[in-house]
Amino acid sequence: MEQLYTKETQAIFWNNNKTAIQRMLDYDYTIQRKTPSVAAIVAPTSGNKFEKFFFGPDEIMIPLFKNTADAKAAQPQADVLLNFASFRTAYDVTMEALEIGGFSSMMITAEGIPERLARGMNQTAREKNVIIIGPATVGAITPGAFKVANIGGTITNIVSSKLHRAGSCGLVTRSGGLFNELSNIISINADGIAEGVAIGGDRFVGSVFIDNMLRMEKNPAVKYMILLGEVGGTEEYKVIEAIKNGTITKPVIAWCIGTIAKYYDSGVQFGHAGASANGEMETADYKNSAMREAGIHVPTSFNELPSMIKSVFEGMNLAEIPEPEMSVCPTVRRSKEFICTISDDRGEECTYAGFPISSVATPDTGKGIGDVISLLWFKKQYPKWATDFIETVLKTVADHGPAVSGAHNAKVTARAGKSVVESLVTGLLTIGPRFGGAIDGAAKYFKYAHDNNLDPKGFLKYMKGEGVPIPGIGHRIKSLKNPDLRVTGLMNFAAANFPSTPLLDYARTVEALTTSKKENLILNVDGTIGILMVDMWRALGYEESEINEFIESGTLNAFFIVGRSIGFIGHVLDEKRLAMPMYRHPMDDILYDVPEAEEI
Amino acid sequence: MAQKAIREYDAKSILAKHWDKYFPDFTYAYETVMVQNGSELTEVAKSKSWLKEKKLVAKPDMLFGKRGMNDLVLFKDAKPGDVSLAKAASWIDEKSTGDQKVYFSFDGDTPAGEPSVDKLTNFIVEPFTPHEQSEEYYVSATVVGDNDVIYMSAEGGIAIEENWDAKVTEVAFPITATEDEIATKIRANVPKDVAEKDKAQFAEFCIGFFRAYRELNFAYLEINPFVMQGNKIELLDMVAKLDDTAGFMMVEEWGNVEYPTAFGMEAKSPEVEAIEEADAKTGASLKLTLLKPEARIWTMVAGGGASVVYADTIADMAGIDDLANYGEYSGGPTTGETKFYAETLLDLMTREKDPQGRGKVMIIGGAIANFTDVAKTFTGIIQAFEVYADKMKAVDLKIYVRRGGPNYEKGLKDIKEAADRLGLYIEVYGPETHVTDIVRMALEK
Repeated sequence: MEQLYTKETQAIFWNNNKTAIQRMLDYDYTIQRKTPSVAAIVAPTSGNKFEKFFFGPDEIMIPLFKNTADAKAAQPQADVLLNFASFRTAYDVTMEALEIGGFSSMMITAEGIPERLARGMNQTAREKNVIIIGPATVGAITPGAFKVANIGGTITNIVSSKLHRAGSCGLVTRSGGLFNELSNIISINADGIAEGVAIGGDRFVGSVFIDNMLRMEKNPAVKYMILLGEVGGTEEYKVIEAIKNGTITKPVIAWCIGTIAKYYDSGVQFGHAGASANGEMETADYKNSAMREAGIHVPTSFNELPSMIKSVFEGMNLAEIPEPEMSVCPTVRRSKEFICTISDDRGEECTYAGFPISSVATPDTGKGIGDVISLLWFKKQYPKWATDFIETVLKTVADHGPAVSGAHNAKVTARAGKSVVESLVTGLLTIGPRFGGAIDGAAKYFKYAHDNNLDPKGFLKYMKGEGVPIPGIGHRIKSLKNPDLRVTGLMNFAAANFPSTPLLDYARTVEALTTSKKENLILNVDGTIGILMVDMWRALGYEESEINEFIESGTLNAFFIVGRSIGFIGHVLDEKRLAMPMYRHPMDDILYDVPEAEEI
Repeated sequence: MAQKAIREYDAKSILAKHWDKYFPDFTYAYETVMVQNGSELTEVAKSKSWLKEKKLVAKPDMLFGKRGMNDLVLFKDAKPGDVSLAKAASWIDEKSTGDQKVYFSFDGDTPAGEPSVDKLTNFIVEPFTPHEQSEEYYVSATVVGDNDVIYMSAEGGIAIEENWDAKVTEVAFPITATEDEIATKIRANVPKDVAEKDKAQFAEFCIGFFRAYRELNFAYLEINPFVMQGNKIELLDMVAKLDDTAGFMMVEEWGNVEYPTAFGMEAKSPEVEAIEEADAKTGASLKLTLLKPEARIWTMVAGGGASVVYADTIADMAGIDDLANYGEYSGGPTTGETKFYAETLLDLMTREKDPQGRGKVMIIGGAIANFTDVAKTFTGIIQAFEVYADKMKAVDLKIYVRRGGPNYEKGLKDIKEAADRLGLYIEVYGPETHVTDIVRMALEK
C-alpha cells in the first residue's frame, strides 16, 4: 500500500460522533468525492437505524449498527475503522475488529488506554498487517481523497491550509494540534501535503514515524517529508538509520520539540505521555543533532522551521500543483423534517422507487398492482412469481361476506348516512388481533417455531404455554376432507412457482398433528397466506432479521388491509345503492341484565 | 503521566493480596506496617503482636533508594538484629523530626553532589529476618522498547548495579508471549550462579513474579533482595511503578494505592492539586506544573504539542529564569473548565509584582485547533479576566494571544473587546501569525 487512503476509501465510524462525521462529509463534498467517506456508524446504545447528515446542501442517511460485525457485514468495502470509543472500551473495539478482519487501517482516538493493552493491540495489528494510527491521535489525511474525523479542523481551515488537494509533502507528527499548525506552515511555505499522519501522543502507539515514512518513501506523490518529533523515546533513530542505510532517499526536514526539558529534572512532564526522556539519547537536543548529522534538514529552533521548509521546497523545483475544482458547502443548511425513500415527485413525472408511473401503469408495461406494491412497499423489483403471489393474496382476501365484523361495521356506518371513506375506515378499524390478525400471528408463531426447531408437538405445547390458539389453524366448516379451495389454490401456486416453501412444509406437519385431533383444525387461508409470505421473502433473499421486522411492523396486516378494503367498499356502495335506512339492533336480540349499582 | 511510583509498603501489599495466585508453592508472612511516627507504631502493635514479639527493621518508605548508605535503615541497636518496638518507635520519632539530608549518589562510600533536603513522613517496619547472604536473590521486570524484560540474579543487595553485566541475566518477551513460552524461557535462563538445588525453586518464583508483573499492570517491579529459604520467601526491599491508566481495571486488584510525591520533590501546591482534580473529572485535558512562580512569563497554551513549543521558545529567547509555569489545556474543555483553569493561573501570576519592576506577561497561545471551539474556551478566559482585571493591572500584566481553529475569529474578537473594556493590555493574533511569534513580540516590549 503506497497511499494510506484513496478517494474511494470508506470508513466505519465507531461511536456516533456527529460533529466529526459531519466534518468528514463536508470534506467529501468539498473535494467532490462520489461516495461519503463514512459508510456506517456503530452506535451500540442507539435504537435508530440511521443518522442524517448533510452532504453539501443535501442530506444523506448513514446506517447505524449495534456492533462492528454487523456494520462490516453490511459495508464490506469499508476497510478503515475510526475507533472513537473511550479509553475503557477502545481496546476491545480494536481487538474485535482485528478479529472480524477486512480492515487495512484503524485509527484510535482515546488517550490513556492501559499500556499493556495498547501494546498487545498494536502487536496484534502488526501481525495482521493492519496499520494502527494512534492511540491518542487526531488521525491522518490523504488530501483530496480521505480525511479522518476532525483532523485539519473546520472546512475553512482545511481550504486555507490547502488540505483539500494533494501537495508534495509527507508529514508525520506526534501532536495533533501541531499537525494542523504544520499543515498551515507547509501551505504557506511550500505546496501543501500529499499525506499526513499524527501518530499519537501516548507512550505506546501503533504505527510509528518510520512505518509511515517508509510508506511515504514508496508513494510517488510524496516528494519530501517533514517529521516533527518530541523529547522521549527513540523512534527518531529508526528514521536516522533508514536514511543512513538508504531505505529513505527523499529529503527529510525534521525538528524535535521539548528542548526545554533538559533544564528540569524528570519530574516535570512536558506535553504528551510519551514525552519524557530516559537518558541523554531521548532528549530533544540530542535527537536534533543526531538527525542533523544524518543529513536531515534540521532548523535551529521551531521558529526557524518555516524558513527551512521554504528553502528545501524551493530547492527542489517541483512543478506547480494545479488547483482542482471544489464544491462549496453552504454555510446555512436546514435539516429536513421528513424523509421519503420510496417515491419522488420533484421531476417531470412522479416515480415509484425510481420508476416513472407511466412505466408501470398501463397493461403494455406488463406490470400489475403486485409490482407497484413491491416498488412502494419494499423498494425492490420483485420477480413475476412474487408479484403474482401478492396479487393472488389481495384477490383471495378481498371479501368474506357481510357477516364478518369489519364488513358489518362498515354496513352499519353506511346506513347511518356516513360517506364512503367514513364507512370504510370504520370497517378497517375493526382489523386487529382478532379480526384479520391471524395472518400476522401465523407468520410470527410458525416462523418462531421453525426458527427454533420446535417439532409439531413441541410447537403445540409452546402455544399452550402462551395461552393462545395457534393463529392460522382451524376453520368453521372446512376440513381435510372438505378442503378450502382458496387454500388449495395458494398452495398449488406456491408449489408450482416458489423456489422452495420450507415454512409451509413445516406448517403442513403441524396441520397433520392438529387434524389428527380434530377434523377442522386445518391450515386456513389466513395461516397459509402468512406462512407463504415468509417463504416468499426467504426465497427473495431477505435476512431473517428483515423478515422479522416485516412481521413486527405489520406488513402482513397491510396486505389484508388493502385486499379487504375492496370488499368493504363493495358493501358500503351496496348499502348506498339499496338506500338502506338507519340500522337499529332488535331489542329482543339483547340480553338485558342490569342490577342496581351498589353504593360504596 | 502513565507510570507512577508507589510505596514499598503498597507494592508488598499488592503482591501479598494475590500471593496464592502467583506463588502457590511459596509462603510469605506479609508482616509489614507503614506508620508516620513512633506513637502510631506503638498503637499498631496492639493489634499486630509480631511487632512486640520480633526484632524489627525500620526505614523510610518515600520512593528513594540508597537508604542504607544514608544511614536510614534501622536494624541494630547495640548489635544487628536487636531492635525492639520501643527502639523503632523512638528512632522513627527522631528521624521524622526536622529536615533530613539525603544523598542520591555516592562515590564509593562518600556522598557525591548536593543532598536533597525534605522531611521524612512515612516509615515501613518489618521483622528482622536472619539469613545467609547466599539466600538473597534479585529479580525485576520492566518494559524496554516493545518488550517486557525480566532481570534475575543469584545475588541481591545494593551492589547489584555495580556488577550488573556479570551477575544479571536478562530475558525479553514480546507482549504477545504466552504463559507457557514465558515459563519455558525463564526455566532455561536461570542465572548460572543460583545453586543447582535451588534452580527449580528460583525459576518458579520468577515465573510467578513475572506473571504478577504483567497481570497486575506494573510498569516496573523490583525485589532487591528477596530471601528464599526453601519455600519461604521474604521480600526485603521493593521498588514499584504502576501503569495508572490501567487503574479503572485494577480497582480490586490494587486496592487503596496512593501515588506519593517523592522525597525531596516539592509537594504539589493546592493550585496544582486542584487542576489535577479537575483534570481527572473531565474528558478534556488540564495540566499545570509550577516551575518558578515568581517569574514573570506565564503561559496558558492549548494543546500538548503547542505548549511544549511555547516553553521551548521562551527558554530559547528569554531563558528559563523568566518562565513561571508549564501547562496545557486541550481536548475541548468546557467554558467552565477553561474559566477555572484561567482563574487558577491569574490568581498565581498576580500575587507578587516582578521584583525587578518589569511588567508580567501572559501568553495565551495555541496552534490551529482541530475541534476545540476557540470562542467557547475564550469565553471562559474572558470570565476569568472579569474577576481578576484589577489584580492584573496591579502587576502590569500584558496579554499576548495567538490562536486558530473552529470559531477563532469570534474568539479573538471577543477577547480583544473584553480586554479593551476592562482596560487590560492585549495583543491578538490569528493563524496568519507564526504560532510562537507572540513570544518574540512580548519580549521586545
